[in-house]
Amino acid sequence: MHYSILSLVGQALRGNRGWTPAWRRAEPKSRYNVVIVGGGGHGLATAYYLAKEHGVTDVAVVEKGYLGSGNVGRNTTIIRSNYLLPGNVPFYEWSMKLWEGLERELNFNVMVSQRGVLNVFHSDAQRNAFARRGNAMRLHGVDAELLDRDQVRAMLPFADFESARFPILGGLLQPRGGTARHDAVAWGYARGADMRGVDIIENCEVTGIRIADGRTQGVETTRGFIGADKVALSCAGNTSRVAAMAGLRLPIESHVMQAFVSEGLKPLIDNVVTFGAGHFYVSQSDKGGLVFGGDIDGYNSYAQRGNLPVVEDVVEGALALFPNLARLRVLRNWGGLVDMSMDGSPIIDKTPVDKLYLNGAWNYGGFKATPAAGWCFAHLIANDEPHPVAAAYRLDRFARGDVIDERGAGAQPNLH
Amino acid sequence: MRIKCPYCGERDAQEFSYRGAGGLQRPDPDGANAQEAFVAYVYLRDNPAGPLAELWYHRAGCRSWLVVERDTRTHAMAGTALAAPLDSD
Repeated sequence: MHYSILSLVGQALRGNRGWTPAWRRAEPKSRYNVVIVGGGGHGLATAYYLAKEHGVTDVAVVEKGYLGSGNVGRNTTIIRSNYLLPGNVPFYEWSMKLWEGLERELNFNVMVSQRGVLNVFHSDAQRNAFARRGNAMRLHGVDAELLDRDQVRAMLPFADFESARFPILGGLLQPRGGTARHDAVAWGYARGADMRGVDIIENCEVTGIRIADGRTQGVETTRGFIGADKVALSCAGNTSRVAAMAGLRLPIESHVMQAFVSEGLKPLIDNVVTFGAGHFYVSQSDKGGLVFGGDIDGYNSYAQRGNLPVVEDVVEGALALFPNLARLRVLRNWGGLVDMSMDGSPIIDKTPVDKLYLNGAWNYGGFKATPAAGWCFAHLIANDEPHPVAAAYRLDRFARGDVIDERGAGAQPNLH
Repeated sequence: MRIKCPYCGERDAQEFSYRGAGGLQRPDPDGANAQEAFVAYVYLRDNPAGPLAELWYHRAGCRSWLVVERDTRTHAMAGTALAAPLDSD
């Protein structure tokens, strides 16, 4: 069903009784060309672009829970491409370009809101670092503006500019950055893939990967064996566990990352804002709640819940930047599992097992990458070679010493 | 989370710094396949969902390195020991 003003009015006149489900409840077939493990944003986007860009429609997406129950619904919905390093900037900028056309592409309202992402800075050294990053972005054709204190004050008059310890000296703004509605991203890609013949199989957990003579044969699942010419892993958070079924050991630790939503407020924060003297970032949802987060908890975890010290740390960051939030109440907070890699950058690559492909290690930045990760992973699966903008995200870069370490923290996942 | 330090007793996990999985052995740089062994030592991890022996440093306490047995699915602590027992060098 194509969504348009005509379908909306037509359905309204008929009491909204004619809407059909956005995707079928598919039963697993015995064999597919491609089986994608993980029905999150990345897996669904991969299926969509496989079908749309490469004509590969004999595809199943298997998801252990319900669609969108993992990280695609557990992030803080921020989209941006304000990276520094050459391996990263073209990829994230391609993702941003795909975000900019995504509603038209999917015929689905994913509520992309280019409200701007502002990183405030608090010292001369930090200004230099941000100016350098802005220059790197502009050299790659990405929009970036270095704002002085007065320009930031015009945007955020209620921020604490007079703080003795963390005075706000200015900010780096990416005007094209912003937010998108994360659930709709999963649903939109699922609907688009389903319309092109992809089977989306929910409540179907992969329990094993069958390999014979070094080549992938298919996946064992809770709903039986599903044969496949190619198996593609797209299950960040649990990548190590699933890859271990194929005998792989990866440069990844699973960590827990918490996010928060406050009670609803009148419009207060127009942009995405990040604090430069701690780890805190915030935007305001269309419902009025502030959506915010900070650091990962910092220890290996598969628990999907974190601990109070990080809650305290995030709130301290919030109040250092915006003292007027002191009486704001938090409605809910939750944890998501993130693949923290040894250099803080992702992996989109073939694995040592023939016809087994890997998309993972997204650290805490997988949501913004969803369209480009799907685009590049589909390219890799269809053509057996990396897409040019994801060519740096190789699995063997650690052995080659060619890591992409934005933070410069070394092989310590909880520092990225 | 609270960690039971052998010297200081049960203390808030905030007093500790996390290093990651314990039990990794630095390879012999002169051994066969030393390059491969070092790549595995520095970068590759088992990352289990379940019990994990990991290194914590009691930064704001006795400054001992500890091996903590913790379940990564529940955060339950099963036991703590000194990473370098007293009788070692």
